[in-house]
Amino acid sequence: MPKRDLISIEDLSRDQVDLLLDTAESFLPVLQRDIKKVPTLRGRTIVNLFWEASTRTSSSFDLAAKRLSADTIALKASGSTVDKGETLKDTAITLSAYGPDIIVMRHPSAGACQVLSRNTEASVINAGDGKHQHPTQCLLDLFALRQTFGRDMDGLKVSIVGDILHSRVARSDIMGFKLLGMDVTLVGPPTLIPRGIEEMGVKVEYGLADLRDADVIYVLRIQKERVREGASFLPSLREYNRLYGMSQARLRPGQRVMHPGPINRGVEIDPDIADDDENLIALQVFSGLAVRMAILYRTIVGYTDAGSEEVL
Amino acid sequence: MERTWHKPLPAADLVIRGGRVVDPLSGVDTVHDVLVKRGKVAEVGRALAAPKGAREVDADGMFVLPGFVDLHTHLRTPGREDEEDVASGTLAAAGGGYVRVFAMANTEPVVDTAVVLRGLIETARTEAVVPAGFYAAVTRGLKGEQLTEMAELAEAGAVAFSDDGRPLATAALVRRALQYAKVTGRTIAIHAQDDSLFRGGQMHEGAVSARLGLGGIPPLCESLDVARALEVAAYEEAPLHVHHVSAAATLEHLSRAKAAGLRVTAEATPHHLTMTDEAVASLDSNLKMNPPLREEDDRQALVKALQEGLVDCVATDHAPHAPMSKDVPFEEAAFGTTGLETAFAVLYTDLVKKRALDLGTLVTRMSQAPAAIAGVEPPAIRPGAVADLCVVDPRATWTVIAKGFRSRSANSAFLGRELSGRVRLTVAAGRLAWEADA
Repeated sequence: MPKRDLISIEDLSRDQVDLLLDTAESFLPVLQRDIKKVPTLRGRTIVNLFWEASTRTSSSFDLAAKRLSADTIALKASGSTVDKGETLKDTAITLSAYGPDIIVMRHPSAGACQVLSRNTEASVINAGDGKHQHPTQCLLDLFALRQTFGRDMDGLKVSIVGDILHSRVARSDIMGFKLLGMDVTLVGPPTLIPRGIEEMGVKVEYGLADLRDADVIYVLRIQKERVREGASFLPSLREYNRLYGMSQARLRPGQRVMHPGPINRGVEIDPDIADDDENLIALQVFSGLAVRMAILYRTIVGYTDAGSEEVL
Repeated sequence: MERTWHKPLPAADLVIRGGRVVDPLSGVDTVHDVLVKRGKVAEVGRALAAPKGAREVDADGMFVLPGFVDLHTHLRTPGREDEEDVASGTLAAAGGGYVRVFAMANTEPVVDTAVVLRGLIETARTEAVVPAGFYAAVTRGLKGEQLTEMAELAEAGAVAFSDDGRPLATAALVRRALQYAKVTGRTIAIHAQDDSLFRGGQMHEGAVSARLGLGGIPPLCESLDVARALEVAAYEEAPLHVHHVSAAATLEHLSRAKAAGLRVTAEATPHHLTMTDEAVASLDSNLKMNPPLREEDDRQALVKALQEGLVDCVATDHAPHAPMSKDVPFEEAAFGTTGLETAFAVLYTDLVKKRALDLGTLVTRMSQAPAAIAGVEPPAIRPGAVADLCVVDPRATWTVIAKGFRSRSANSAFLGRELSGRVRLTVAAGRLAWEADA
């Protein structure tokens, strides 16, 4: 049987996404117990290989694996052989000697997961590769939306606001949101919206005029490098905030704000929203744990319903 | 004066029986025998008598074609002989039906002095299976600042001048190079690329790059630089050759320039003529090249331009890379694909068999047209001509596999493809350079 990789959200069918979200939901009671651990993946080995800084993704994968009783190895780019010039291929071969069941990897370059997968028997889960994909972020976003709006998200209107060009989150979310039948609009300055993105089935707008139509506003992080001299995607963060920064004044009641974190207060999001408990940002982080438990579990046992009873 | 060099090999004596001889320059497309005597085409006709000692080659059902000429090969020598050297690169060329190859100057060190060039020529004299010629750099170290000593390089044997891999970054530099080329009589060839639009580029800018999150290289990056160079060439009334055209927008500039009487020539690669950016969705690093694979509209415009002669010739841009440069994530991989051993089969399978291009035109664009641009005698299959030909079996289908190359590198964009057309035999400069296993 071919191993199950999760490199792009496109690797999943609608049914598989629904099953993953159901599985995540079934893990929620575990996370509310005093002893937040089940023996489901006891004896399994999961490697977390992070070639790029990450706080929430790496910690939630690590905790998800531990909640399922798997053994984990965490490797970060600094201080490992990576600094000594070892290639990804050689790292893959070396780690494979431990016989891991899953390697979770974050890498600065698109295509890294394919190289890893070619060189290991383990299933590969993409925790973010370049500007390409971040499928587990998409799944946790879908989970947070399902917790908020219910199972039927068909026709839900989502506006993704910000730096689409450099965002792997945006690309995964567009695919995942479309898969579940949502209407997706991208909003941002033309310099940060890639040419041809409309072909993913989204609308593109350069201003916030129609923001009121959205049920959900998904705000993307603006990296400070985007205003660096020579790059000049933006004249200044101040102007970005003036044109696209999300503040209470720009919202109508009932609109829900999401953000993949970490947030830049005063740039893409104002403190009055960041501190407001109507936003879904904390729910996203919480969802990350249950969803990553579900992804690890499904990657190992498969995407059939059989076996889900034994989860708890 | 000599523009190519090869190792001494015995002159061939052959009778090639019953093949379809397609030689557009001689106006021939007939089933004939071809007699090669002491390296020269002695006779073309029916039921030729074989002289004593001549090898008989059964070419029944096969094509007998003027050998191909590649204006754009990277032999990686000196400096990266682990990727390719003169012996392996010219053997790969022979295996692809090529009888002349011209190697680019972006080696380590760069071919920017006569000393380096003479060394290469010496190497070719001892290693080259098919005659190899060499470009010299336009600027020292390909740095885009100071012109090379072009007159001495031309005297030493440089076929033309190119900073391939790097653009000539300013209009002033293009102008100086074109002006100074009048002293040498050699053509300036350009790798067109506006660096300010290229930065961070990984693939063609379009729906696929948007979906994959890879930095886009817009067609404008090429067409703008070509337009500028053409303006300068028109002003200086100087000839210009444009490497690896990829974008439809570039063709419009070329068309206007040619209509205005400019002495401009252009090449297109087999991969740009047959593949598009959709293929890159696999993130297979062998599909990463510069210029990048573009869209179907561009591809079709290129094929049409090749058919009509707006694009004068096919050139492989054979770019061997070590596994260390390619077996890495797409974004970290080097640009380039090999091409010498697949060029004819790819174009025959994807264009000729699908009736997008006729065989005679393909032969012209792969053989006689590039020879004329390089200023070497165009291969022809007629009595008295030096034997520069190949025998191709169009019925032979084969799958491109990594272990199947004579090139030292296997980074082919065509790995896994099933192709029609296998080169059975190549005679280059009157010498048997290649014979496939039966």
